[in-house]
Amino acid sequence: MFFTYFGQYLLLLRAVFRRPEKWKIYWKEIIHEMNEIGVGSLGLIAIISTFVGAVMTMQIAFQLVSDLIPTSVIGQINRDSSILELSPTITALVLAGKVGSSISSQIGSMRVTEQIDALEIMGINAPGYLILPKILAGITMIPVLVIMSIFLALMGGLLGGSLSGAVTPADYLNGITDGFRGYTVAVALVKAFVFGFIITSVSAFKGFYVRGGALEVGQASTRGVVISCISILVADYIVTALML
Amino acid sequence: MIEVQNIHKSFGDNHVLRGIDAKFEPGKISLIIGGSGSGKSTLLKCMVGLHAPEQGKVIYNGEDFTRMDFEARIPIRKEIGMLFQNSALFDSMTVEQNIIFPLEMFSEMSRSEKVDRANYCLERVNLAGRNKLYPAELSGGMKKRVGIARAISMSPKYLFVDEPNSGLDPETAILIDELISELTDEYQCTTVVVTHDMNSVMGIGDYILFLYKGQKWWEGSNKEIAHTDVEELNNFVFASPFMKAAKERF
Repeated sequence: MFFTYFGQYLLLLRAVFRRPEKWKIYWKEIIHEMNEIGVGSLGLIAIISTFVGAVMTMQIAFQLVSDLIPTSVIGQINRDSSILELSPTITALVLAGKVGSSISSQIGSMRVTEQIDALEIMGINAPGYLILPKILAGITMIPVLVIMSIFLALMGGLLGGSLSGAVTPADYLNGITDGFRGYTVAVALVKAFVFGFIITSVSAFKGFYVRGGALEVGQASTRGVVISCISILVADYIVTALML
Repeated sequence: MIEVQNIHKSFGDNHVLRGIDAKFEPGKISLIIGGSGSGKSTLLKCMVGLHAPEQGKVIYNGEDFTRMDFEARIPIRKEIGMLFQNSALFDSMTVEQNIIFPLEMFSEMSRSEKVDRANYCLERVNLAGRNKLYPAELSGGMKKRVGIARAISMSPKYLFVDEPNSGLDPETAILIDELISELTDEYQCTTVVVTHDMNSVMGIGDYILFLYKGQKWWEGSNKEIAHTDVEELNNFVFASPFMKAAKERF
């Protein structure tokens, strides 16, 4: 069963990456999707990242009770956790729910109302026209969102740490700049790229092959989110194991 | 001309089409009729390439469509216009954008030429000035007409119509039939219509193909159908007591 679906997914991807009929039309769609995925998710990601950063700082401070450890370490731990794990993974899981379900239900509705059949009859490569712009928008905008999420998580940490008195702003800023390695940001970007591909392609796959009506579109959307989330966690482990 | 030869199609154990042969001539309206589950929509989908038949051929002007890959089918697909049962308009686009869409993909027309073409197609279906409306703002009959306008935007050589009258009042249904008839004359296209509607059968059926249990059971014209003695066809066409009485008087 798994191999049947995986094979079907690979065949769909082959059709997605076929040469577009007209780049001009596709380009318009890519910009539209970048706006939907990127700008449309900015507020949600900003709120989540800021609070996660603030809470992380307070929890790290709660666990580091020894006088032998300088409080600037709180900033260091928050920085590396946010860059390497929390920002890419939480952003991806949130977007799997928000963007993924939207993609599945949009494509699924087009399937059950014969709009995809209409595209195919016109001679348009429906997987390419509908899915390629979403994948390209996902793999470009999700890394951008992750970078913003990292920045906001660190700022949230500064705010949370200073408001709660867990760490002074000077110590925190010292901590997040001390021993910083740019490679960790590269790992975060690789993760974001992979997660962006998973979210858009898996959700589109579930929507594209839906059969039935409104109920099945909803079910496909839910399955798309569940499979995307599991795939993100597996990919997270693999990328971490390969790069660190 | 479109020719189908020995088409077989199954879904699991359900053998829907069992060796259909037929020829659809240009400039004529061919109707595929039959009861629910007789395979008429499946045959239409096999003809346009939405279903792949297990056996048999669909031939467009001598070219075997069933054996072509996606790329090879594109030139033929550009000559196909299709109206779906539920119109299948792109709901995120306006009426004008729906009609222009195939032109944007496949033509090198300027923006103003495309808008002119959309206006012409809308005038042709009596919907002039409705360019900026969205499909959700249209009635069922208007959606069908926009679907027809989109289907003719590329001046099709082959026009496929799936249940054009379903969900429409009798008066609008006759208008849609008349429109299909006029467009077939205008473009001299090969028009294939799947229908249940007896007004269409009697009104516009130059050639009628009756399917029964996935097989070709009868073929002929709308003039011949009234005099047929094929029991299954009579049971389908003259199903109501009123129609039976009308046939006896006729």
